[in-house]
Amino acid sequence: MKQKIGLTVGILLILTWCLLPVAWIISLSFKSQEAITNGSPGFFPSSGGAAGFANYSDVLADEQFRRAIINSIGISLIATTLSVLIATLAAYAIARLEFKGKKFVLTTALVIAMFPVVSLVGPLFDLWRTIGIYDTWPGLIIPYMSFTLPLAIWTLSAFFREIPWEMEQAAQVDGATSWQAFRKVIVPLAAPGVFTAAILTFFFAWNDFVFGISLTSTEAARPIPAALSFFVGADPFNRPASLLAAAAVVATIPIVIIVLLFQRKIVAGLTSGAVKG
Amino acid sequence: MSTVTAPRQGGTRKQGRKETPEASDRLKAENSLGRKLVAPAIVLMLLVTAFPMARALYLSLFSYTLTAPDDREFVGLGNYLTALTDSLFWTTTLNTVMIMVVTVFVELVIGFAFAMVMHRVIFARGVIRTSILIPYGIITVVSGFAWQFAFSNTNGFVNSWLPFIGDDFNWFAQYETSIIAIMVSEIWKTTPFMSLLLLAGLAQVSEDMLEAAKVDGATWFQRLFKVILPNMRAAIMVAVLFRALDAYRIFDNIFVMTAGANGTESISFLTYRQVIEQFQLGIGSALSVLLFLSVLIVAFAIVKVFRVDLSNARQG
Repeated sequence: MKQKIGLTVGILLILTWCLLPVAWIISLSFKSQEAITNGSPGFFPSSGGAAGFANYSDVLADEQFRRAIINSIGISLIATTLSVLIATLAAYAIARLEFKGKKFVLTTALVIAMFPVVSLVGPLFDLWRTIGIYDTWPGLIIPYMSFTLPLAIWTLSAFFREIPWEMEQAAQVDGATSWQAFRKVIVPLAAPGVFTAAILTFFFAWNDFVFGISLTSTEAARPIPAALSFFVGADPFNRPASLLAAAAVVATIPIVIIVLLFQRKIVAGLTSGAVKG
Repeated sequence: MSTVTAPRQGGTRKQGRKETPEASDRLKAENSLGRKLVAPAIVLMLLVTAFPMARALYLSLFSYTLTAPDDREFVGLGNYLTALTDSLFWTTTLNTVMIMVVTVFVELVIGFAFAMVMHRVIFARGVIRTSILIPYGIITVVSGFAWQFAFSNTNGFVNSWLPFIGDDFNWFAQYETSIIAIMVSEIWKTTPFMSLLLLAGLAQVSEDMLEAAKVDGATWFQRLFKVILPNMRAAIMVAVLFRALDAYRIFDNIFVMTAGANGTESISFLTYRQVIEQFQLGIGSALSVLLFLSVLIVAFAIVKVFRVDLSNARQG
């Protein structure tokens, strides 16, 4: 009984920990801007200080913010697709083939996962300007791909190692061609792993800030996190808090949807890549 | 993908293939196929890291400002000397190390407590797992904003919730409290990641061993320190290594919450400011190289420290 109470308290603590700041930013997004400028301390919008959905419609009416959403979705999706495709090839080779240089691939991936991103910003800034992809989608897609590859390769090779590859042979013995055997047996088994790697990769690209502010200068390619930080002028101590909160909530919705739908897979991917890999 | 499957020979391929010429052909084919499959990944990873890093190494030897490219001048190790003798470099490095040590320690303790709860929970598992992924998924910039506003003395709730702090207390007016606010946002966002990794480690601790210890009369603390923790050392090491390196690169929340005011700058922030805001590619590149080297040192130190722990624990 005592243990059960302890567990319940623990669960409540975890839920509070995870959701309190989220509830706070949602609450903030419903406060009116007048209330914010006059100072409205307190967790919930007080009477007269609530703004309904006004902040949301203001944010969505903002051309720059809409561009940032489109940039973020487009860049993240393209980077995720390409990165997972390339990582699948590499992870397949690592899990299934004996070849020279396997260790090199894994070490390179490890080093890059540890790499301080800011170290690269200077030279990439210079290089991208020289070859003309500064402030364009490819200018962000390429760095996102290379920085998500290590995670995708680890997660995928951990998954691929668990696949009973003999089944493909068994299917061939039963009369399937090797292509059929691969497509009908291996692809369905590998799909959940590929999907998990894709989700984690998407998280990284969606969350990136350093590349986002350094390798873009206009709304042509600026992704949401960078756009949020430039939402208002020079004074970082006096931002339109409620508007920003509404924008932040909008930027968070895709992530929350993904988490709600795929939590089991995300946990499996995070832990298999890190602990078993 | 069909070409990928064609040469597959199943699980027995490792045995008894050395002698026949046919087998060595297969080995060669496998070798070349393997390399072809990893080539795109390797090329891409090196293109964006090794090549720019080499360029940073080269540029760091010049006095080079992007706004005055014609004044570029070879200065040898001058930039490194400038950086290493500047107190700003050392205060930001010290600040970064402090943030790393404090946040990782706090996260390890809280994350472990969370992992213990999640490990024992049977009901509401899905709800908890979903909730714990939300901080992990949220953009760091957004969590920085959420906490900045929460600590704000005009609009936040922190001051009114903390009884020992005046309602108009300004957290962002001095170093100590600004850095606390920054660390709170960092800890909030990344503890879930830590606890998930620790949860995976907990799952690998054998229940039989715990039962046996219980039967032998070990107290809860004895079981924790003699059975559970030693058995999940690998998971703890991975979690600490990942988180420490991540914390060492801290940038987003500092940028959003204080913009480096009151000496809250991290080493990443200093590097960013030199390169992107002031176009100082020479000194900025030197800082980039120093940042990379210090990350290597941190990684090496953590691996080393845990190895020492490993051997100690085995003796004990």
